[in-house]
Formats: sequence, C-alpha cells, structure tokens
Amino acid sequence: MSHDAETAMNTDQKLVYMANQIATFFKSMPEDEALAGVAKHINDFWDPRMRRRLRELIDAGGDGLLPLVLSASSDVRWPEPAN
Amino acid sequence: MSFVKEIDYGTPASKAEKTVTLSVDGKQVTVPEGTSIMRAAMDAGIEIPKLCATDMLESFGSCRVCLVEIEGRGGTPASCTTPVAEGIEVHTRSDRLDAIRKGVMELYVSDHPSAWNEQRGTGASEFDHVAEQVGLTENRYGTDGRNHVEPGVAPGEGSLNIDYIARDESNPYFTYDASQCIVCSRCVRACEEVQGTFALTVEGRGFESRISAGMHEDDFLGSECVSCGACVQACPTDALREKTVLEQGMPDRSVVTTCAYCGVGCSFKAEMKGDDVVRMVPYKDGKANRGHSCVKGRFAWGYASHKDRILNPMVREKITDPWREVSWEEAFSHVAGEFKRLQEKYGRGSIGGITSSRCTNEETYLVQKLVRQGFGNNNVDTCARVCHSPTGYGLKTTLGTSAGTQDFDSVEHTDVVMVIGANPTDGHPVFASRLKKRLRQGAKLIVVDPRRIDLVRQAHVEASHHLPLKPGTNVAVLTALANVIVTEGLHDETFIRERCDWSEFEDYAAFLAEPQNSPEEVEKVSGVPAETIRQAARLYARGGNGAIYYGLGVTEHSQGSTTVMAIANLAMLTGNYGRPGVGVNPLRGQNNVQGACDMGSFPHELPGYRHMSDDATRDIFEKMWDVKLDAEPGLRIPNMLDAAVDGSFKGIYIQGEDILQSDPNTHHVAAGLEAMECVVVHDLFLNETANYAHVFLPGSTFLEKDGTFTNAERRINLVRKVMEPKNGLADWEVTQRLAQEMGLGWSYSHPSEIMNEIAATTPSFANVTYELLNSEGSVQWPCNDRAPKGTPVMHIGGFVRGKGKLIRTDYVATDEKSGPRFPLLLTTGRILSQYNVGAQTRRTDNVVWHHEDRLEIHPHDAEQRGVRDGDWVRIASRAGETTLRALITDRVAPGVVYTTFHHPDTQANVVTTDYSDWATNCPEYKVTAVQISPSNGPTDWQEEYEELTKKSRRIAGHMEAAE
Repeated sequence: MSHDAETAMNTDQKLVYMANQIATFFKSMPEDEALAGVAKHINDFWDPRMRRRLRELIDAGGDGLLPLVLSASSDVRWPEPAN
Repeated sequence: MSFVKEIDYGTPASKAEKTVTLSVDGKQVTVPEGTSIMRAAMDAGIEIPKLCATDMLESFGSCRVCLVEIEGRGGTPASCTTPVAEGIEVHTRSDRLDAIRKGVMELYVSDHPSAWNEQRGTGASEFDHVAEQVGLTENRYGTDGRNHVEPGVAPGEGSLNIDYIARDESNPYFTYDASQCIVCSRCVRACEEVQGTFALTVEGRGFESRISAGMHEDDFLGSECVSCGACVQACPTDALREKTVLEQGMPDRSVVTTCAYCGVGCSFKAEMKGDDVVRMVPYKDGKANRGHSCVKGRFAWGYASHKDRILNPMVREKITDPWREVSWEEAFSHVAGEFKRLQEKYGRGSIGGITSSRCTNEETYLVQKLVRQGFGNNNVDTCARVCHSPTGYGLKTTLGTSAGTQDFDSVEHTDVVMVIGANPTDGHPVFASRLKKRLRQGAKLIVVDPRRIDLVRQAHVEASHHLPLKPGTNVAVLTALANVIVTEGLHDETFIRERCDWSEFEDYAAFLAEPQNSPEEVEKVSGVPAETIRQAARLYARGGNGAIYYGLGVTEHSQGSTTVMAIANLAMLTGNYGRPGVGVNPLRGQNNVQGACDMGSFPHELPGYRHMSDDATRDIFEKMWDVKLDAEPGLRIPNMLDAAVDGSFKGIYIQGEDILQSDPNTHHVAAGLEAMECVVVHDLFLNETANYAHVFLPGSTFLEKDGTFTNAERRINLVRKVMEPKNGLADWEVTQRLAQEMGLGWSYSHPSEIMNEIAATTPSFANVTYELLNSEGSVQWPCNDRAPKGTPVMHIGGFVRGKGKLIRTDYVATDEKSGPRFPLLLTTGRILSQYNVGAQTRRTDNVVWHHEDRLEIHPHDAEQRGVRDGDWVRIASRAGETTLRALITDRVAPGVVYTTFHHPDTQANVVTTDYSDWATNCPEYKVTAVQISPSNGPTDWQEEYEELTKKSRRIAGHMEAAE
C-alpha cells in the first residue's frame, strides 16, 4: 500500500487548507468584501467543532494560514471552547 | 386491474397555430394545419388501420393499409402522408377500401407466419389487431413463404426454407425474428429519429429485405445498437419483442411511474403480471422523456428481484462478526439504544445521517427531519455533496436559486448548445437523444471536455468546436470565453443593464480584460488553441439561443463552485436567460439529486434552501415539529469522516448511499467508518459501506413504494407502488419506525401526508399535492400561488435573487499537479450501460456491455510504458494504487487517462484524493495525478479487500456470503 504519508493531510492541515482555499476565492475582490466573504463562508458552512479548532489553530500562531484568513477571523462567529 | 392505454395518433402532432376543419366519415374535426388525415381521424375518434405509422415517428407511407377516399379527389391516398385541407370530406370505410386493405393484409400474411412455437404471437402484436380490424379471413397464398420456418418445426431441425433466418437472440433483453418482420421500417426510423443512433438499416430487396443491425455480419449485440428499446417499442409485429414478454406472456395491468436511474427522470409504464414486472415501457405523456428510454430504465430493472437482495434486518456487535438476522423490532430498538448511548457518552453532535438521492423526496425529508428533530443536530448530508453541491452554491450565489433554469423541451428551441464536462449519450441518454434530434435539425454544438466524447462526432452529429482542455482548467477556459465576448463587444448590453448590476458588470469586464484571461494565455495552461476558444465564444454569443448543459466534469474540482459561477456569468453576459431555448442546465447524476437538495439534506439548510441561521425559517419548523432546532450548520460527509477519525463522531444512519465506493480516498473513508461505534446501512444490498456496518436495514426499490422524485428540470414526478415491498417496509416506513423508537411522535400513514408537510413549510412547494401531481402528470417547482401549475422556465423578466450577480472568477490551479512521480492526469466518468457504483446495473444483464472498468490511455503514453491493449496496469497516485486493464484509445489526449468507477473490485476511488471544492467540499474526482505501469494483476489491497468483503458478508445460518 502506498498511502503517501507526506501528502496525506490530517484534520488540522485540512482545516488550514480549506480556509486558505476560501480566502483564495475571495482575494480578487475589494478588501472589505473579501473579509466579509471569508468570514460569512466559514460561519455558514463550518460546523462549530471545525470553527473551534480553527480558533485554536489561530491562537497557536495560525501557521500556514493566509493573511486574509487571519484578518477575516475577527468576523467569524467563534463557538464556546470545548470543555 | 387497469391497463394504461395510450392512444397512437399515427403521426406526430403539428405545431402550427392555424387550424383547419374537415369532415371524417361525416364528423367535423378541427386540427392544426399540417396534421395528417390519419391523426385528424383519430382526434375524431376514428381509428384508421395502419402498420408503418406511429406517432413517435414521421410518416412514411409504405404499408398501404391506411388508405382513405376524399370527395372530389381520385384514388385512395395514404392517410398518414396526406395532410388535412379546409373543408375536405374524408371517408375511411368503403367497399373499395375494405377490399384493398384485405388484399394488402392477405399478402402480408402470406409472408408473415406465426412464430414457430406460437399460434398468435404474444398478443403484443399490432399486426394481429390490424388483421382483425380489416376483417381478414382468408389467405389464398398459403403460408409456406420463402422465409418461413415450417409450422411446428423448431429452427435448426432440418426443415427450414431457403431464406429462413434464425432468431437473433444476442441482445439479452429482446429478440429479432426476421420471419415475423414486415419491413415497415418503423424500427429503422425509431433508431434514427427517436434515438439518433442509426444502428439499423434495411438490407436486400423484395423478399430478401431484412432489418439489419450494423453491417451484414453483425448481430444486435455486435452492432452500434445501444439497446434503448425504441425499435422494440415501434415494432408492430413480434419481430422485435422483449424476451420477458415472450417468456411470460402479455402483462395484465400497468402503472405509470418514474425511473430510478439518472436525473432525466423518465416516465414509464410498469407493465405487470400479478406481482411480477413483465416490462417497463416509456410513457409518451412523460414530459421529461416524451416516450423514449435508455437501456437502464427500459431493461435493467432485474436487480429488484435479484437473489443478493437482503430482505431481513441484521445486526452484529463487531464488524468482524458474521451478520445475525433479527426482527424489525429488535433492529429498531438496537439502533435507537446505540444512538442514545453514543449521544450520552460523546455529546449531541456525535451522530448524524446521510440521505439518499436514490430515495424519494418524502424519504429524504424524513431522514433530515430525524436528524434535526430527533438527533437534535444538523449532521445531515447527501450524496449530492460529492456531485452537484457546487451547483447549489454557484447557482444560488449568481441566480438566487439552486437549480437548472429550463425544462428539457427547451432544447427544441436552442440554436447553440454548449456541453461542458458532461457526456450525455452515456450519462443522460434520453436527454442526449432529444439534444441530437435538435442538432440534426441544424443547431450548433460546442463541447468542452478533456475527452473526445461521442457527441464530438457520431452519426449525423458533429461539434462545431471541441475544446479538449487539460483537466482542472475549466475556470481558465470559461473565463477566456467571457474575455472574448466582452473584449470583442459580443455581450448583450441591454440585458445586462436591465437584469444585472451595471457596476458589477464593469468590475467583471475589467477583470476579464486582464491579460491572464486572454485566450492566448489560457492556451498555455489549458492546452486549448486560442483560436478555438475565440471561435467558440463568438458562436455561443452570436449564434442565437444559447443553452449550456453541464455535468460533474464542472463540479468535481477544487474550483467546482467557481466554474458554476463562470457558467452562470457567461449566460448572463449573452442574455441567455428567461425564455425557451437558453439557460444553464446542470445534468443531474442520480434520479433525485435535485430533490434531495430541495428537501434540506445539506447540513447548513432547511428544505427550500433556507439557511439554518434564519430565525423565521427555523420558527416554521420548530412550531411544526415542536422542538428547538440548532441554528449552527452541521458536518458535511467529509467533515463527518474527519471527525470520526478524530474521535468526536461515532454513529451514522446511511440511507441508500455507498460512501465507501463512491467517495474519494477509500482508505480515509474506511478509516472513518471503522472508527465509528454504530454504522447503520439502509440499502437493497450488502454494499461496500456495509462491510463496516453494525446494523443493516433492508431497503425497498422504487417499484415497492409511493413517493416523488424531482429530476434535473425541477420536475416533480410521481413514483407509484406497483408491488408490495419484498422486505416488508417501504423506506419511509423504516425511517418512521426508527424515529418512533427514538421517541418522536410521527404518524404518517402515506407519503402524500409527508408531501403535505413539505408544502406547508416550503414556499416553492406550496401548491404541490398528490392530487395535483395525479391530475397534471408532473409539475416543476416553484409551484405556488404565483405559478399554480409550476414553472417550466425560470428567471423570466428577472432573476430570483433580483439582479443577476456577475462575480470575478479567478483561475486557481489545483494543488493536485502532475510531476515527475505522477506525470499523468486521471479523470473519471460513466458508461451508458452501468449506473454509478453499479449496485443495481451490475446485477442485471447490462454486464454484457461493460463487465469491468478499463483504463483509457493514449497510444503515445501506452507505448512509452510498454502497455498493450488489454494488459493489466497498475495505477498509482499520492493516495493509493489499484490495477485494471488498459484500453488504448486516442479519445483521451496524451497526458490524460480515464476510467469509470462502476465496479467495486477496481476501486477507482482508492487513487482519488482528499482535495475538494473550496466552497462545498465536493471532491476533486476529475483530477488525480497518477503514474501507470504494467502489472501482473490485482494489488495486495484489492486481494485483501476481496477477502474482507467475503468475510463481512457472512450471515449466520446461511451457507455462504450473499454475493
């Protein structure tokens, strides 16, 4: 079996990748629209545990996230941290 | 017992507006100009005997049975080829006509014996009916014609006549018996006019005239015949006849219902004898198919009674245990107990459900209701996630509604058709036949597809332009088409000013004009010559009514949603909305993809595409369901699997979907399923996903339940129960019993009550009732007070969202790139005879056309790797590897390979990756970087998997695994 360890993403890597994909779509728009677009998309389509994990990743430095995701994060509706 | 009788008017309806009044046997009748006398007579209730005429085909005038007399005109003209005229007096009966008809029929009879083992055929024969109609009583010429077999002697037993030809039994579903044939050419014309394949012809002259499939040496199976059944339906004798009719005799009752295969949603008459289906015959009043069918709907329904069907609920503790058959009560109480346990232990969000695009609207509605009301979360998704979720997002964003804009009839008014990432002759064959008919009338065709699909060039159809783009470059090519339209001033400014936001247009136009969007630059990434892009753009923009039809080659990409928006934009720039003949039309994969999406199957929205966060919408359902709904979006299928691997998602109810086979990166799907504690599979068969299931709930087929399917045109068609569920419960009853066991007070006694609830809560379905569907045949949503009988064409006079949205569509190359290790790009698709994961069609005789998935590879790439046609090859990607046999063909470009995914032993999705659409997580099936090398046979994984499958299908008390 040649499941390629170096390219298979874990959930954290996928969240970062997906957030960046969203930002990449909106980045050709004017900045305010792009920021609102990224935040709304994540609010509309990501279940709370995905958003919570993204928050944790951002709090831990946000490695790998595009600047647009980081800037948009203030408009994302962050769920309560897991207990 | 009722038998649905359809009137055959003999010739097609005239579309003329001017009418003509004539008299037929003294009766006054008014018909559109151009109508044949035969049809006008039938309108007046007078049936003129006929053999070579039928209203599915243009008149031909060869049989000389339908003759009439017209006052003041000489002779006895054929009523099928003679048009009506004002004031004429037609007589259909006279001594002269009777004598001529009898004489003609007597000649036919002399060369048309009963079949060798039957006295009067099967009763399906129109010929026998006509013989009776004209009062034929004698045959003075004898019955030992040259092509007859001696009565009572079987073929091959030594007493055949000189021209006798043995029956052609090669097609698994119908026979051709030349001795029964009267050479009326109805089959030949049906193959041309209705199906558009041109597989049949008449060879020879006089007594030697024979119908021939393909070349003289071909039989039906070996010819180009696609087994659509149009010829069998057209045949007025038993020359072409369904084998089931020959074996079982004529059916004695029939019920109109809807096919459960693709998103065309054809109407059929299920013709029955007792509780057995004898045949499925396409229904002429079906507005999606207009009396036509394909090999799947017409013939491939045998899976419904296949021995592999599981009819009893089953439970097992561990997935390594054999299955244990249990009662329904035990199964429901086990599932309810497990789901409650999981929620108590791991939290409310730890379980979820998947609705099926193969089940009815009512069943889908109930599954999402169970999740939202009963599980108390929004973890519900549907297989549309992996096919058309980008259509939902893209069309909602640009137009305001997540659906195609037209009905299928619209294609009759189209001048330029653009087919993007779809292969209609294989995936949506009945629509393809209607499309080809329009193309033969002169409409122009543009094909945008990496592969040279059949539509690019076949009998009497040739695309004006084929844009063979590199997989993954859809957005670049569509943006380049828009670039040409805007920079050359071909856009429809009046339409844009009226229907869109002009400043958005200016912004979009500025974006389009940027250098990277020019055809010359896009040629570099897509491989499509700039000049071809320019010519295609000009044709689409200025060729008249332009209609776009697209499929999963558009959606199943990292930029799937962007491509859908680019398509919507292209039609906006050129004013192609809001009238027949234009629009944007997603061709839906499964029978009820549209319906599953409409019914609130997605985790972020309630029925009618209303977001969970919308207080007013939640309020409607909270009152109706007496529950507090979660306003947060739930998990999508890929997110569920990730959460399962991470340990926060533990149980799932899967209705009618085989995610292990159909979803990408099989290893990841398997890992997710394996990590769950209660996987409930509700299906007809022990599918691949069931290898990882703890509970199996047997499903019912579309023949065994009432409900509705919504096809690609938003058409809500009734599905009618023609037999009792073999497993005892229709699928909606299974979900209801499970809900009751979980404490919900559901009490639906019929699916029509579920539809009433849908109508009461969902504005676009407000006026839909079973009574309306019964009286209208079908309706297209929106169906409400503003459109009481539905909406064939949307966005007339304005877009649903108000102004159409033009949105920047920046091309972003996928990260799934070819390189030194994986130099080829794999893309996937379907074939005509098989359907999706093949669970149904593999259990029919359709396997004679396609019994294994093959890897299409260009001769150049094959030679470099030492691969010959038919060799086993290993195909490896970053995600995994599998093996299958090679098919060397130049239909694919160098650098591209292609395969289908119908067979579980191939496991094409072992190689597809986790990459997905940015907006919807729809997997990027259509682009995987791979390497190909010669191989000796199946991989270890394939062998291990086969072993696992065998093991996981053991049922305690049964001798062997079910498959």
